[in-house]
Amino acid sequence: MDQLIQHLVNTAILGGTYALLGIGLTLIFGIMNVVNFTHGALYTVGAYLMYLAVAALGLNFFLALPVAILGGLLFGAAIEILLLRPFRGQDIDTTMLVMIGAGIALQSGTLWIFGGVAKAIPSPFPEAPLQIGPVSVSWLRLFVLGAALALIGLAYALINRTKLGLAMRAAFQDADTAALMGVNVRRIYTATFAMGSALAAAAGALLGPVYVVYPQMGGLAELKAFAIVILGGLGNVTGAAIGGFILALAEELGAGYVSSGYRDAMGFLIIIAVLLYKPTGLFAKAERIG
Amino acid sequence: MTGRFTLTTAILLALAATGARADAIRIGVNEPLTGPFAASGTYVVNGARIAADEINARGGVLGKKIELVVEDNKSNPTEAAAVAEKLITSDKTPVLMGAWGSSLTLAVMPKLADYEVPMLVETSSSGKITTSGNPFVFRISPPSALEAETFAPMVAKLGMKKVDFLVLNNDFGRGAATDFGKMLKDKGVQVGLVEIMDQGAQDMSAQLAKLKASDSDTIMVTSAVDQLVLLFKQMAALGLKKRVITTGGSQNPDQIIAQAGSAADGTMHLTTFLPWIPEKTPDPKATETFIAEWKRRGYEFAGVTESFRGYDGIRAIAHAIERAGKPEPAAIAKAFWSVDFTGLNGPIRFAKSGPAGRESGQSKPDVYLIEIKDGRVVLPTL
Repeated sequence: MDQLIQHLVNTAILGGTYALLGIGLTLIFGIMNVVNFTHGALYTVGAYLMYLAVAALGLNFFLALPVAILGGLLFGAAIEILLLRPFRGQDIDTTMLVMIGAGIALQSGTLWIFGGVAKAIPSPFPEAPLQIGPVSVSWLRLFVLGAALALIGLAYALINRTKLGLAMRAAFQDADTAALMGVNVRRIYTATFAMGSALAAAAGALLGPVYVVYPQMGGLAELKAFAIVILGGLGNVTGAAIGGFILALAEELGAGYVSSGYRDAMGFLIIIAVLLYKPTGLFAKAERIG
Repeated sequence: MTGRFTLTTAILLALAATGARADAIRIGVNEPLTGPFAASGTYVVNGARIAADEINARGGVLGKKIELVVEDNKSNPTEAAAVAEKLITSDKTPVLMGAWGSSLTLAVMPKLADYEVPMLVETSSSGKITTSGNPFVFRISPPSALEAETFAPMVAKLGMKKVDFLVLNNDFGRGAATDFGKMLKDKGVQVGLVEIMDQGAQDMSAQLAKLKASDSDTIMVTSAVDQLVLLFKQMAALGLKKRVITTGGSQNPDQIIAQAGSAADGTMHLTTFLPWIPEKTPDPKATETFIAEWKRRGYEFAGVTESFRGYDGIRAIAHAIERAGKPEPAAIAKAFWSVDFTGLNGPIRFAKSGPAGRESGQSKPDVYLIEIKDGRVVLPTL
């Protein structure tokens, strides 16, 4: 029983960052119809920006976080303007290849600049965990969960409560009609990609201090983000948020009660099941298909 | 006139360059410089370069300089095999050193047999490497069975009753769990859970939650430094306070202290080198020279527990080439059997291991148990 509670606490914390990763990716796919293979690299970039800000520049931890997220936002905007805008209107395969190339370039770039040796980001939280009965949680991880939930809430509010969000949703449903109604679709695309990238960078900046930072860290994160997006339904933000927690739960319980050797396989088993029985994702709505 | 002059110079320079290359004896180095084992592989290569420079400063081998051809196997077995093939066929290196991890080395071994080129194995610890009948393999690191054997007398002194394992999901980790498990059972110690983690995994809290709930007194962990740092931090976060002993010799205790902080306090590690207490090493003078040179080059002290393997590996290869009398694979493979000198962690002499007629060479280095106490490395009092 104690073990189960500990697993559930771990799930909540892991799920928060998974959701962050998934939302960023699903936004970009849903609105722009771009399969973003730079997502993992942007996660890595976020972690390295955090490292630079905290360890190299000596910035305050809590100040460094928005800096890293802002950096991810600018990076994303630059990628959209330089690499995606020239290929607008081309088929999805073309942009996919461009994105794969950009992802490799970004990963090699971090390797070139920072070297292959993993870096640790110091955190201001105490080493001793918070102990509630039989369950222990580190303060850093609690902060990560809180920050992730806040960011998810912020993204949700931005999409559902602001004019920009309304324009994004309009472009998602029908870009041509949205353009006729006076929405600047070009700018919406840049904003969407920048926002998705900022969320990926946020996940990296939050998890960097929890784990260690190295150039290939984005690979597994990207795979998981794709898994979450498929789980939640392509382009479905709420689905991605819930999908993140489902994936975390499957991994925790799978490793805890089935076999730890197959931890990372658990998520993919679920995806195969979802693709077999509910190919549009667990939370897909009828009007979003096609 | 000027044009012809430049052309002639270029040709002469090119000839001089190839001349120099033909004159040097090339040694292939196959190590993980990127990927999860990047830190360790880079240290090994840095150690290897110190050995090469030292040997060249003394006039080289057989009157020729030695030249290291370093290639990155990306911590990936497929790449490790490809790198070996490239070093042998394209760079024509008559002898290799590599490939750090057990799975990486095992992937290279068929290539050695195909091309009949010997390789000195400097780090890998899976038993399979020297028992599968590959006569081109010469290992200076201890296989996990040897590590377990050296550790055996300490089991009772530590009062171990029941042990769980947390190991990497590869030949290195699973091999260690098997060999240490066998030794512990022989000693009457119970073996409980054997938990597995992927080499790239960053979050082990599910495995740790399970280990926390078990009734064992000790967890034996087999992984390399980067993952160990994460593990100790996550253990502290979960309030897991059992005795932890790591195996494999790739822990870089100083890096653990620097990156895991107080989370590493009280952890014990089986290592194969004692740079903290040079006077207790088999060749104190050599140890001090090596550490001084390492520091002079501005490398992190944490790396020496890894880099000494590269240093000893290249020294062993140089001895073999010297004895072979010519830089040819068959002669070097034969000469490895007569190598005999004191390395930084004990004598380097190869004993036969594996099926008769196709034996691999295995040297028997020292193994030490160290403890991290208040951010320092100490020898535990048993």
